[in-house]
Amino acid sequence: MIGGLFIYNHKGEVLISRVYRDDIGRNAVDAFRVNVIHARQQVRSPVTNIARTSFFHVKRSNIWLAAVTKQNVNAAMVFEFLYKMCDVMTAYFGKISEENIKNNFVLIYELLDEILDFGYPQNSETGALKTFITQQGIKGQLQTKEEQSQITSQVTGQIGWRREGIKYRRNELFLDVLESVNLLMSPQGQVLSAHVSGRVVMKSYLSGMPECKFGMNDKIVIDKQGKGGATDDAGKSDLGGGSGKQSIAIDDCTFHQCVRLSKFDSERSISFIPPDGEYELMRYRTTKDIILPFRVIPLVREVGRTKLEVKVVIKSNFKPSLLAQKIEVRIPTPLNTSGVQVICMKGKAKYKASENAIVWKIKRMAGMKESQISAEIELLPTNDKKKWARPPISMNFEVPFAPSGLKVRYLKVFESKLNYSDHDVIKWVRYIGRSGIYETRC
Amino acid sequence: MQEWANQLCENRQFGSKMTDSKYFTTTKKGEIFELKAELNSDKKEKKKEAVKKVIASMTVGKDVSALFPDVVNCMQTDNLELKKLVYLYLMNYAKSQPDMAIMAVNTFVKDCEDPNPLIRALAVRTMGCIRVDKITEYLCEPLRKCLKDEDPYVRKTAAVCVAKLHDINAQLVEDQGFLDTLKDLISDSNPMVVANAVAALSEIAESHPNSNLLDLNPQTINKLLTALNECTEWGQIFILDCLANYTPRDDRESQSICERVTPRLSHANSAVVLSAVKVLMKFMEMLPKDLDYYGTLLKKLAPPLVTLLSAEPELQYVALRNINLIVQRRPEIMKHEMKVFFVKYNDPIYVKLEKLDIMIRLASQANIAQVLAELKEYATEVDVDFVRKAVRAIGRCAIKVEQSAERCVSTLLDLIQTKVNYVVQEAIVVIKDIFRKYPNKYESVIATLCENLDSLDEPEARAAMIWIVGEYAERIDNADELLESFLEGFHDESTQVQLQLLTAIVKLFLKKPTETQELVQQVLSLATQDSDNPDLRDRGYIYWRLLSTDPVAAKEVVLAEKPLISEETDLIEPTLLEELICHIGTLASVYHKPPSAFVEGSRGVQHKRLPGSAGSGESVDSPETTSTAGVSDAPPAVIPSQGDLLGDLLNLDLTPTTAGPPPPAPSSGMQLGGMDLLGGGLDSLMGDESEPLGGDLGGTPAIGAGFGAAPAALPASFSAPVSGGLDDLFDLGGGVGMPMGAYSPPKSVWLPAMKAKGLEISGTFARRAGVIQMEMTLTNKAMSVMTDFAIQFNRNSFGLSPAGPLQVLTPLSPNQSIEVALPLNTSGPVMKMDPLNNLQVAVKNNIDVFYFSCQYPISMLFVEDGKMERQIFLATWKDIPNDNESQFQIKDCHLSSDAASNKLQGSNIFTIAKRTVDGQDMLYQSMKLTNGIWVLAELRIQAGNPNYTISLKCRAAEVSQCVFQSYEAVLKN
Repeated sequence: MIGGLFIYNHKGEVLISRVYRDDIGRNAVDAFRVNVIHARQQVRSPVTNIARTSFFHVKRSNIWLAAVTKQNVNAAMVFEFLYKMCDVMTAYFGKISEENIKNNFVLIYELLDEILDFGYPQNSETGALKTFITQQGIKGQLQTKEEQSQITSQVTGQIGWRREGIKYRRNELFLDVLESVNLLMSPQGQVLSAHVSGRVVMKSYLSGMPECKFGMNDKIVIDKQGKGGATDDAGKSDLGGGSGKQSIAIDDCTFHQCVRLSKFDSERSISFIPPDGEYELMRYRTTKDIILPFRVIPLVREVGRTKLEVKVVIKSNFKPSLLAQKIEVRIPTPLNTSGVQVICMKGKAKYKASENAIVWKIKRMAGMKESQISAEIELLPTNDKKKWARPPISMNFEVPFAPSGLKVRYLKVFESKLNYSDHDVIKWVRYIGRSGIYETRC
Repeated sequence: MQEWANQLCENRQFGSKMTDSKYFTTTKKGEIFELKAELNSDKKEKKKEAVKKVIASMTVGKDVSALFPDVVNCMQTDNLELKKLVYLYLMNYAKSQPDMAIMAVNTFVKDCEDPNPLIRALAVRTMGCIRVDKITEYLCEPLRKCLKDEDPYVRKTAAVCVAKLHDINAQLVEDQGFLDTLKDLISDSNPMVVANAVAALSEIAESHPNSNLLDLNPQTINKLLTALNECTEWGQIFILDCLANYTPRDDRESQSICERVTPRLSHANSAVVLSAVKVLMKFMEMLPKDLDYYGTLLKKLAPPLVTLLSAEPELQYVALRNINLIVQRRPEIMKHEMKVFFVKYNDPIYVKLEKLDIMIRLASQANIAQVLAELKEYATEVDVDFVRKAVRAIGRCAIKVEQSAERCVSTLLDLIQTKVNYVVQEAIVVIKDIFRKYPNKYESVIATLCENLDSLDEPEARAAMIWIVGEYAERIDNADELLESFLEGFHDESTQVQLQLLTAIVKLFLKKPTETQELVQQVLSLATQDSDNPDLRDRGYIYWRLLSTDPVAAKEVVLAEKPLISEETDLIEPTLLEELICHIGTLASVYHKPPSAFVEGSRGVQHKRLPGSAGSGESVDSPETTSTAGVSDAPPAVIPSQGDLLGDLLNLDLTPTTAGPPPPAPSSGMQLGGMDLLGGGLDSLMGDESEPLGGDLGGTPAIGAGFGAAPAALPASFSAPVSGGLDDLFDLGGGVGMPMGAYSPPKSVWLPAMKAKGLEISGTFARRAGVIQMEMTLTNKAMSVMTDFAIQFNRNSFGLSPAGPLQVLTPLSPNQSIEVALPLNTSGPVMKMDPLNNLQVAVKNNIDVFYFSCQYPISMLFVEDGKMERQIFLATWKDIPNDNESQFQIKDCHLSSDAASNKLQGSNIFTIAKRTVDGQDMLYQSMKLTNGIWVLAELRIQAGNPNYTISLKCRAAEVSQCVFQSYEAVLKN
């Protein structure tokens, strides 16, 4: 298991050091600094073995978090734990920075004592932790016996992510379907690979211990219903205002630990008791029938050895009534660029020498439109044999629909003990499609 | 260390915001003194501030142990935050101040009775982290109570505490019966208690491989599977990892567990997913392949594995390393998923390299076009390692998918045109393999390759290019010029290039004999006379001999058709792969090494194996035996993989030492026993040059002169007829045991503990009943248990090698010694050593591989039937030239000639005749070495003179020195 946990600043100075196992000595702290943080070359692996000791590290801005072990630990678990620890720290004091860590070092030690015992990760749900790690030491004495046992049963219990007795005057929930669409296209316009990775993020402000059921246009569910001839009454409370495709094929999905996985496996229904506040209900991935919101058509011509002519056309490919925002096209330029002239019909374009790219920004663009940029790039003559690698043209944007075609069909809330029903809950649904790695080779 | 703290301090003075970072700023002199005062302050707030300062100092590595009593005094407090800080301090320093740590015991014991469960748990959690014997004693009672506490939070903490205590004092845990209590917790109503109990038991079980502690049976498995649905993500990992150690009784049980584990594949936590994959991959082995469910399961595995690739890069890396294993074990799972492994421009380099590796493994006819297009893109990227790997991958595609070979070759040619140095070199290396796979197909590109000859500066690329030139010498007009250009700097080249150059020129000569005689002579003499590399010399001599003896045979040997090269490369050896599959998700799967290769001590180093497939409905064994079978016995099947590893290491490390000693002069260097045999027919063959090679060979005077010169450099022994034929070479003598024991020197230390991480080896050699034995005492002077011993010898003069594995059956505990006798045979590979009786040995255990060398008395090799007939003795004595006779003095020996004769006979030195001339006894003796070499001796003993004279005659004269040493040793002991 994890033998120790260290946090360093960018210089390699220790900010936090907590050792859990006897086989990890103080010299481990230095070994990581010398061999990884101060190493000359780029990091070649997130796992480093130094003198039979293994170091796992992740970086957040310029802070290094390292877990150390001498055993054959579950490597995936160690990384998951490090991410989780970052989440917990962020939830407590915001951004992970040197200053914030120093300002909260007592809290961090307290958290580390709680969420890792002898190197075994324990309950690390922020909701539960916040009930008893408060940085107000006296509170421990003021709690009533009931409160105490409520805390412990939440921390260890089946529903470790939610406490009992939550009350809201207005029961409300927000569902965000956030998708990032990834594309790699050949210069000729052939899709080399495309997939959508999506997340359903939920903000719930519900009283009591509500039982929720979430439905979407999952092909497997729809087909099953179609075959059975039965129409689910839930279909009526369609929240998405569905149009376009009937159902989508989901390659794979993963769920927050509140979702009953065995039920999903057997019935493909998504039922759960949600944590309070914001959390990620599910992640999914689709690869079939993706709506690619933009198409990039590049044209690069080398004019002699000292000039490049670039023409890039972008076409928007969605309903004309919808508007895409924050559009940015990044056209890489060679390292020996001496000057660039750009002409674009729409938006603003600038050559950024420090980034070796022409950055073309368009604030808004409606569907089924087209826009073009042309640039002349002057090059310094070089005798460098190495060819310019021609990185792909990348694009950023945001569109108000889900490129995968996913639609929320319903989210039903049942709370039998309190007297509010599904109809009393105010529900909001929003779809946002963003560019992931959206690249076209040129 | 303190620099940042100071800087921050200055910044703070402007901001004047009071925050905790100020605690890091104390660097003044006398601060310890000040802190002491503050710690003893009456004001609670001040106390707390002071403790915070102490912890901050501790973090940056300052020694604040002097404050121990003052900090411990702050322990009695209502303030939970303060209490936790004090505990943190205690955990750090208790070990260095054991006596004072006792002061804390009372508070701990009291806290364990506190009405607040959080405080009870905190106390038991902290106590377990204090590794002081006296405190451990006091821990037992509170722990026992806490294990049965009414509050689940306390119980789950106590469960982990048992593992802590076990780590400090395993015996105590057993004596106190905590293991049984822990086992009971597996049936606890609270899922988190179950999960922690499982984690603790699994850890304890690792250090007791045979204890059957986890006692996994269908009932407990059912409990675990139920808890799996309810506990935290971490708890699910503990349970799944534990399940993976279970061996189901039959395929039905296996299927039902799989069915209950598959929902975990949808968990958001990648570690849960990977651990579930591990269980499924393992249990799938037991399912019959024709079962519908088997197919369903295979289909279910791919999507979650692909999803892992959208996780953070570090997890992607772990996932990719594991997918690499899964793809090797069950290629069908991922065969349609090629696209997800396409490299993204912004992937970290470690992700890129791993993806590339998997792409090559998945390449097939169906997807080759796409793959090639990708690889071509990658080959133009910036990272050198990545580009090289991409180029190499193109070559591997060509070899793997025949239909794509042509496209691959043209892609490689395009890349060569870029003239980027390392791209060109890498391309040439892979083209060599393509030539081998598809002979007579792509040779048209040779011209292009030759253009790039000058830009090659890496040995591998140079060697590949030279190979190509030699192999296709007949099609390259200026092959001789090309090869000659390399010859100029022959001695500066690496061995790889030298060997290749030698072979290539010999090939060239065999193909174009007329124009290249000078060249071949030049390279042969460079290789044999001017080089001190034994491999190169050996190869040089072999070619020389071949060419001079029988050029036709030479042609057959050197230009023989080559075996096809395999399609897959870099495959993990199957037994290792099986073991790694059992370790999916863990570090072992990331390193692609068994845990024993990187984990110290005995923990977690038992080799795991996949279960075999069981017949339907047929229960194999009782669950106890099956569940432990995978861990308890040291499986012999795994050892070969270790052996391979060892072999590699051996070659790596030992080559420089064999190249190290100064080369013997060519004349003596050739007097190897083995070489004698080759030399036998040389005389006759030398005259037989009319054997046609290309018709005009024999007639060319230059050739005659060339080869005529060669023997001049060879030792005289070659021209002498050889008595022992090849048959004798491995004649092991098969003698009967001698009544009198052969002399065996006392044990000496071969490997000191300092050089071998605590393993000390002392030993000696003995010949018992005709069997050579290496008798060793292994002593463990380290702190941890040693297991998994294995031994291997480097090639040596007489082909000594272990006749069986090293028999160390029980683990060697600290301070324990064990006597081992290792029988040897002489059928191993032969290489002349200096000194002749030197033996280089590699011993492996769970910790590392160690090397040492020792010298064996050559008398060990004297066989029991070494008594020569008198007549033959006489004839042989005369026959061996006087040059080969050596004379030695044995001083201070007071034995009579009969006593000496008896003593020597015990070591298989046989007296054939005795003559007395002028009061001087002359003993004529013979002995035979295991490889058939006879040694004849004349021992002269003069009454009253303690100095003996011995004359030794042998066709391989270099053994004489060793034989003399043996005489001396035998006679004087």
